[in-house]
Amino acid sequence: MPFQGEKPIFLQLAEQLEEGILSGAYPEGSQVPSITEYATTYKINPATANKGINLLVNAGLLYKKRGIGMFVAEGARAQLRKQRSEAFYQDYVKKLVREAQNLGLDLDQLTELIQRGYYDVH
Amino acid sequence: MSIEFQSVSKKFGSTQALDQVNLTLEEGHIYGLLGNNGAGKTTLLSILTDRLRPNSGQVLVDGERVKNNDEALGKLFLVGEQNFFPDDMRVKKAFRVADSFYPDFDLDRAMELAKEFGLPLKKKITSLSTGYASIFRLVLGLSVNTPYILFDEPVLGLDAQHRDLFYRLLIEKYSQDPCTILISTHLIAEVEHIVDHTIILREGKILRDAPTEDLMADTYALSGPAGMVDQYAEGKNILSSHTLGGLKTVSIQGTPDTDLPLGLEVSPMSLQDYFISLQEACERKEMA
Repeated sequence: MPFQGEKPIFLQLAEQLEEGILSGAYPEGSQVPSITEYATTYKINPATANKGINLLVNAGLLYKKRGIGMFVAEGARAQLRKQRSEAFYQDYVKKLVREAQNLGLDLDQLTELIQRGYYDVH
Repeated sequence: MSIEFQSVSKKFGSTQALDQVNLTLEEGHIYGLLGNNGAGKTTLLSILTDRLRPNSGQVLVDGERVKNNDEALGKLFLVGEQNFFPDDMRVKKAFRVADSFYPDFDLDRAMELAKEFGLPLKKKITSLSTGYASIFRLVLGLSVNTPYILFDEPVLGLDAQHRDLFYRLLIEKYSQDPCTILISTHLIAEVEHIVDHTIILREGKILRDAPTEDLMADTYALSGPAGMVDQYAEGKNILSSHTLGGLKTVSIQGTPDTDLPLGLEVSPMSLQDYFISLQEACERKEMA
């Protein structure tokens, strides 16, 4: 089971699809797996899979071709990058700052750690 | 199209196995029926399939009483522990018999599934191991194509690989041909993301009956320093609480406040943890 913890499953599935689009695993214009494939692979209720995928359809990242399946929209990757920067702030930066406060780190110390991490990863 | 339990009660001697149960199963859902041993799950399923008669109340399938009603009963298939085939019958023959009994039974599919599970077709049913006896019944349930399929502890004795295969096949069947499925099980963690509606039975009564998503949205775990947790949880509906040194974790019914004091952490609960917490809350109430 790849899904755990914090968030509802349909959101985790939507995020996983987004990751796939961002990483190029699902290129623009290509077909993505069907609801049934997602549901059986992850052993989740098809309604849950449908809910997750519909998030991307409603955001214009995927589109449906009747009777054929779902495809990645043109421009989906750029749109996601933009969205993700805001989500990055909400989901990661805020949490990071909160944890830093828990640890009693001030802004200078936090900035220093971020710089260290930035160069470590590069 | 639905199954309706109307004020169904059943007593065994002095034990109230079911107590005024009202329950509706709507078309196109996968229901999870959860409860500790003796909660009344099997009694409920036996009454539904007319193997047991209630002391009062009735069960309707698509508006028809199930009592002595072959047509209504023909819409149901129960995958349980009992075996309805003669002892010396072989697997393949049993599939043929089921095929002649149930108009929508898919014999080719049954053969395919048997192969996928490695179920030996030529063996006598009674000589199958516990695991394969379960698989035999699962294959029937996955091929029978009745509008309602009821699974009573479906994966008893199955190894992890076969359990996994069963859940996939069940979802595949359900998404290709939406029917109504009910799974009664103790292995809550395995079905938590599959059942979209959860029914929790306790001592013959229905404790919860709601979409799984709604149940999970209405509960959370809170942890932090014991003093802070106690202060925050004061006046809230606490289901269970555990301490580990100075750290306390409580499970609470409701939704968490948006502004939490620093040091407290909220996390969602799994269906299994929720189930256990609920049982603990009931036991505490009964003791008091």
